[in-house]
Amino acid sequence: MRSAAVAAALAAIIAVPWVAPTYHVLLMLPFMAYGITLLGLNLLFGWTGLVSFGHALFLGVGAYAGAFLTTNAKIRSLELILVVAAVAAALVAAPVGALCVRYVKIYFGMLTLAFGMVFYTFVLKFYRLTGGDEGIPFPRPALFGRDFAELSKTDYLAGPYYYYALAVLVVAAVVMWRIVHSPFGLCLKTIRDNPTKAETLGIGVSRYRWYAFLISAVYAGVGGALLGPPTGNVDPTLAYWTHSGNLVFMTLLGGFGSFFGPILGAFVFIYLQDWVMSVVPYWRLVFGAILAAVVIAAPGGLLGMVARRRPPLPVARG
Amino acid sequence: MILQAEGLRKFYGAVCALDGVSLSVAAGEFVSIIGPNGAGKSTLINILTGVTAPSAGTVRFKDRNVNGVGPVRLAKLGMARSFQLVQIFPDLTVRETIQAAVVSRLGRGTSLFRSLARDREVDETALEIAEIFGLGDKRHALARELPQGDKKLLDVASAFALRPDLILLDEPTSGVSTRDKTTIMETLVAASKRVGVQAIVQVEHDMDIVFAYSDRIIALHQGRVLADAKPDDIRADQHVVDTVIGRGARIL
Repeated sequence: MRSAAVAAALAAIIAVPWVAPTYHVLLMLPFMAYGITLLGLNLLFGWTGLVSFGHALFLGVGAYAGAFLTTNAKIRSLELILVVAAVAAALVAAPVGALCVRYVKIYFGMLTLAFGMVFYTFVLKFYRLTGGDEGIPFPRPALFGRDFAELSKTDYLAGPYYYYALAVLVVAAVVMWRIVHSPFGLCLKTIRDNPTKAETLGIGVSRYRWYAFLISAVYAGVGGALLGPPTGNVDPTLAYWTHSGNLVFMTLLGGFGSFFGPILGAFVFIYLQDWVMSVVPYWRLVFGAILAAVVIAAPGGLLGMVARRRPPLPVARG
Repeated sequence: MILQAEGLRKFYGAVCALDGVSLSVAAGEFVSIIGPNGAGKSTLINILTGVTAPSAGTVRFKDRNVNGVGPVRLAKLGMARSFQLVQIFPDLTVRETIQAAVVSRLGRGTSLFRSLARDREVDETALEIAEIFGLGDKRHALARELPQGDKKLLDVASAFALRPDLILLDEPTSGVSTRDKTTIMETLVAASKRVGVQAIVQVEHDMDIVFAYSDRIIALHQGRVLADAKPDDIRADQHVVDTVIGRGARIL
């Protein structure tokens, strides 16, 4: 049932560039970048019970790393960009995570938020390095050594880049699937459910939380690097706290209790935002109402509504 | 001696919760710690399990100083514990709960890409432990959906899955019906033999259970050891019975 649904969804995503108008094909690009990011975020949220309100920090690190490489270092290889983005995110996450994972619940959330804002202020104020509020251009990267110069920007994004991003999403999902179904994934769930008990079983809670934090940051770094080329520019709004809020919103919307929930959440969010923005100017107002409705009526998110059992809210845990 | 505590003192501000407690547990022993409320049992358990560091004195486990080393390190050294208030993983199944303990014991917790489902060793060991505790049929049930007695058994079963040398049980039968108490104790004793647990230390209020199962009883009173003797000797000491168990109480 689930594998059939996933196969159907994958087939549909593969078919999009052939059947859908270019506008919709381009909308899928941020969906895929967010999908990767949320796979990582949910390792923290759904599996480890830690809600990060600062994950746009790592999205920003990945995006700025990509922009630096393409614009300043003239390195165009997207494979190299993704590796550097992942490594940069991990390097930033190592000390940040080591501090944050000592705390849980709202304190963890607030600390991640604080670090996110530190980074935001850094990219905003260090104009010479980061271009300030204008940001840095992120020119078209080369895919497997090909720059596709013969294609217009739209054709490049809706064609090769689209499938490249999809391939990265699929690989990221397969890797994450293995992680959550590994002994490590089980240990994370014990920590989410009852850290005191987990410790008496010899599971070092802080250490595991830190690992989960690093992995989720790497995913966000990769997602951030893929977010840059479609807009051709990265700027500080990528790292602003409302962007972190959007990531949490997408996860809640799709359902943090299931593996594919957040990916569905990203998809629904992107299309809903696009539609609401075209209808009313106050899209944030509408989104606020939707978020409230989801939390109250469907705490398990969209996938939680069809799943057999509803996951309880993580905030009630010790 | 598998566990040895010497001169343990613990102050909370000006309050002295433990005032020079020494005890030892040898392999093959079942030792019960008893005492009225406020005698220092909880403090003692927390110090023995490495949760709290003593203000003075030392705890040696398998000839190693383990003062305040914390539960993770102690679990790895071979000491497991259960809690007075049952501790479970609400959203994990019985099988997953025990698997987690087995994974931890085998040091596979950080295997990121190993498939848990295909790990026969972990699965078979977990199932074996579940069977010992009569939870085999309920292995796919979520922990939070189990009846209270089974939750208690699951808490203890996951501790046994660590194959510890010593297990510390904090009121293993509290909150359980009288009928279930004996079942739990019988299961515990049988499981220790199967798993190879060398010694059991329990804190227990139910004197029937204490006197039926213990090789030795340590009676605490006002932070000191009042008596440390075999059940028959404790029973014969009217002063201890009056102080610790209650004036005029009789133990059958």
